[in-house]
Amino acid sequence: MSPDVMPLLKVEQLEKRFGGFRALDGVSFHLAPGEVLGLVGPNGSGKTTCINVISGLYAGDGGQVVFEGQRIDGAKMHKLARRGINRTFQSPKPFLSLTVRENVQIAARYGHAGGAPVDLDALLASLELDRHADRPAEDLNSAQQKTLDLARALATSPRLLLIDELAAGLNPAELHRMADRLRVLADGGMAMLVVEHLMGFIDRVTDRVIVLNAGREIFEGTLAAATRDPDVIRVFLGGAAHA
Amino acid sequence: MRDARSVSGLRRVFGDLLLAGVVVAVMAVAPSVYSNQLLLFNFVMFLTLSQGLNVIYGFTGYLPFGYVGFFGAGAYGFALAVMHLHAPPLAAMAVGAAAALVLAVILTPLFRLSGAYFAIANLAAAQAVYEIVSNPALEDITKGPYGVSLSGVFAPETSYAVSVAILAGTLLLVVWLRNSRFGLSLRAIKEDPISAAMAGVAVVRGRTIAWLCSALIAGLVGGAFAWQISVFYPETAFSAQFSIFAVVFTLFGGAATLTGPLLGVFILYGIYNTIGITVPQYFQLIYGTLIVALVLFLPNGLVSLLTKRGIRVP
Repeated sequence: MSPDVMPLLKVEQLEKRFGGFRALDGVSFHLAPGEVLGLVGPNGSGKTTCINVISGLYAGDGGQVVFEGQRIDGAKMHKLARRGINRTFQSPKPFLSLTVRENVQIAARYGHAGGAPVDLDALLASLELDRHADRPAEDLNSAQQKTLDLARALATSPRLLLIDELAAGLNPAELHRMADRLRVLADGGMAMLVVEHLMGFIDRVTDRVIVLNAGREIFEGTLAAATRDPDVIRVFLGGAAHA
Repeated sequence: MRDARSVSGLRRVFGDLLLAGVVVAVMAVAPSVYSNQLLLFNFVMFLTLSQGLNVIYGFTGYLPFGYVGFFGAGAYGFALAVMHLHAPPLAAMAVGAAAALVLAVILTPLFRLSGAYFAIANLAAAQAVYEIVSNPALEDITKGPYGVSLSGVFAPETSYAVSVAILAGTLLLVVWLRNSRFGLSLRAIKEDPISAAMAGVAVVRGRTIAWLCSALIAGLVGGAFAWQISVFYPETAFSAQFSIFAVVFTLFGGAATLTGPLLGVFILYGIYNTIGITVPQYFQLIYGTLIVALVLFLPNGLVSLLTKRGIRVP
């Protein structure tokens, strides 16, 4: 990130404990508008916890989160949504008994973060959900429900999108289309923090990555550099780095 | 496409309003064709209480087993206003409603609980209010366990008309919740409060509004009940039967709909008043069988027979 660009998101020394377990232990990073940052690491390294704290689902135990120049740690989730932060969930969480259209209508009505109103029909069409628009979300398969999570987040016009394992369950063609969509959104100025295990997806979508291990940051840089880093290879990639 | 959606939306609202209007009209004219006004009042009372419970359970998923606490607070609020302030009945109704609202505000921390814990805590809270009201040490204020007599304001026709007006208002509220964005946000909260919050819905605020509306309805019905019967005891106004009937009627018909609780009251309270009085042993058997069958085969209520087939029920 260029030093003269004001970061959209600043995470400083973020801590989160569950009893005696330190899920986040002093994690810090910056994110500029339109930048896509990958958050990778082994299971239990704190990736989802990091998203949960930034999105207000968990209260942090230390450090601070600054969005557009203002501290937001401790803010309620619905207020963060209205300020321009939204997210998807590792296990999709649509409103199952509501129709696909109602799922996004609620977000557009209550969580819109300002700017031009979202054309919900166009949004659903862009995510190939338009033909399911009037069906209950419970009729969708798991991958479609994840896409609906994304649609609901996008219906709020976020400036920061937190994506938690969106690619799992998508077939290769869907993966490519999803990666392309995210790149288009980033090119339009939306910043993203992407948690993902699929390195091919991370490679297509992100500008740089942070590697977490046991709640600590062990690497920050490009994915290509990460695959050559001895610490990253030891705790996360193993032999995959050369596969 | 949008026009088609708005036309279908208007049709839905019209269907809901038509059903609500028919029920209110039937209950309004019923005393002129059927002489047992107390029975008719009980029907109106349970129609309203079931819809009041529907507001909090059907739209947010919180099942208040102690719903009678608001009803009792309304009845005693009415009685205290009449006895101590010599308030006219309509003003006393407002006091009863305010008492229920105050109780609801006091109980808002219960929303930290969920499921059975919320239901049981709410039941305990209603019992606590009953214990306070029936305490002999408070005889000078509440008449303690000896009950209240409000014969000076006894006016069954007027109190019946007011109870029908409360029913009308309650049905309109449910129609609005079923067709408004706010109602949609409550259903989102019921489905998944975390997702609802991330969609920008103020979850605590939405739940609290539904909770207060639900309590207000029970408080108004409680006030109308006190006005209608004029003489009652704490165990009457805080009888668990009010909660149980409201819960069973709502679940039997189907929550989050207008039709479900109405069906529940007309069918189950109808059975209760036909065979329940004359042959109570068969009533218990039939009632129990119906409820067991419902839980086993139609957990979403009678209306789910239609909604499962994609048919929209008002």
